[in-house]
Amino acid sequence: MSVPAELLYTQEHEWVAIAGVTATIGITDYATQQLGDVVFVSLPDVGATVTAGEPCGEVESTKSVSDLYAPVDGEVVEINEELDDDPGLINAEPYGVGWIFKVRVADGQATGTGLLSPTEYDTLIKSAG
Amino acid sequence: MNSTVRDTPLRSVHERLGATMTDFAGWLMPLRYGSETAEHNAVRTSAALFDLCHMGEIAVTGPEAGAALDYAVCGWPSQLAVGRARYTMLCAPDGGVIDDLIIYRQAAERFLVVANASNTAVVLAELRSRCARAEVADETAATGLVSIQGPNGCGLLATVTDIPLAGMKYYAGAYGTVAGRPAWIARTGYTGEDGFEIFSAPEDCEPIWDALSATVSGGLPPAGLAARDTLRLEAGMPLYGNELSLDVTPYEAGLGRVVRLDKPDDFVGRDALTARAAEGPRRTLIGLLGGSRRVPRHGYAVLSESSGAPVGTVTSGAPSPTVGRPIAMAYVEKDAAGPFAVDVRGKAEPAEVTELPFYDRRK
Repeated sequence: MSVPAELLYTQEHEWVAIAGVTATIGITDYATQQLGDVVFVSLPDVGATVTAGEPCGEVESTKSVSDLYAPVDGEVVEINEELDDDPGLINAEPYGVGWIFKVRVADGQATGTGLLSPTEYDTLIKSAG
Repeated sequence: MNSTVRDTPLRSVHERLGATMTDFAGWLMPLRYGSETAEHNAVRTSAALFDLCHMGEIAVTGPEAGAALDYAVCGWPSQLAVGRARYTMLCAPDGGVIDDLIIYRQAAERFLVVANASNTAVVLAELRSRCARAEVADETAATGLVSIQGPNGCGLLATVTDIPLAGMKYYAGAYGTVAGRPAWIARTGYTGEDGFEIFSAPEDCEPIWDALSATVSGGLPPAGLAARDTLRLEAGMPLYGNELSLDVTPYEAGLGRVVRLDKPDDFVGRDALTARAAEGPRRTLIGLLGGSRRVPRHGYAVLSESSGAPVGTVTSGAPSPTVGRPIAMAYVEKDAAGPFAVDVRGKAEPAEVTELPFYDRRK
């Protein structure tokens, strides 16, 4: 199960790549293996405000549907439009072309607050079996 | 909990194939090997292999076996010719469905009853109590079951079996060999495609699986329980625990044809089923096509689109690879009229009523 060392993670199996004030967000390899084939992602609108720990979208797969949680506070600045035609990109490359949305992190929030390190996330998924 | 999970005889095969395994009715079974959508499509367009060793096999034997089964189930097994099979149900005295079954007549005095894994123990107990005139034996642990399903399945299986398949009817079976191993080979399945189910000794499952796999260069694709569920749903086939339960009779499920009220002798549930046949089903099983990409799933409420009032419940729902839209089966109140919507996590999504099945290979 791939857990890239350069990313941060959430308990809800999102990954976050923070560059400056922009956080790029997707779901982890572990999440895709739990979900199976992703068939639809419902995303927040560009310009929407999201709050860390709150649902901001849904990931539909063959067997189930899961909430997509915002890992940080901020404003949605971009969504991955390719997923509308090809949600399977999330399964194919969860950390690459399968990224889901980008957030401009709110002022005053220390980047990475409350997120898990790769080591912590790896422990989490191993304990989940 | 883990200590009670049973292993299929093909576990090492699934591990080699990198399957994601899941606890299903007390068995550790393959959920998917890679993409369940690709596995689903392989069955629709070519063929794929399934491990069904979790299914329950119960033999009912003896001179009175047919008559005993006629009393136990709502079908008419004694009328089956040797080598034929029938889909039937085991009902409670009030007509509720205890399990849906396939019964094969393997010999004049031998019937093989195939039950759902989750219900094998209760089916066995009921058959033992209802079939006092016959021998009832649980053969689950002594039986392995591998299935090849899909339009190419017949041609591929034909290369590794010693019996002619082309003339075998749907819902028929015969003794033969596969990869040289003795087997009961039946033209049955749960996918809506042509296909075969191969019952053998558990230790023969792996050579049978390997021989079937080798009929295609690069290996015949395996398919897991996730694909099995979307395949049966597209085919409009009920799943016990979803469309079938003790709370419904076969009539609610639209399967009144399996109840043989025309058989002469008494059977468990006859009075209740006779009454239900006369009064009509209390709920209606309908097919729904989702109007958005959000998927109606098991347990979601079906609403009257105009009033928003709940009128039923989704029993099974999934994104359909073949239809390209979400599909669902649902029970609605018998006088409920569409148009309907489904409460998909707090938002009413329109859903269009469609005839079952969603997919019919003959069309």
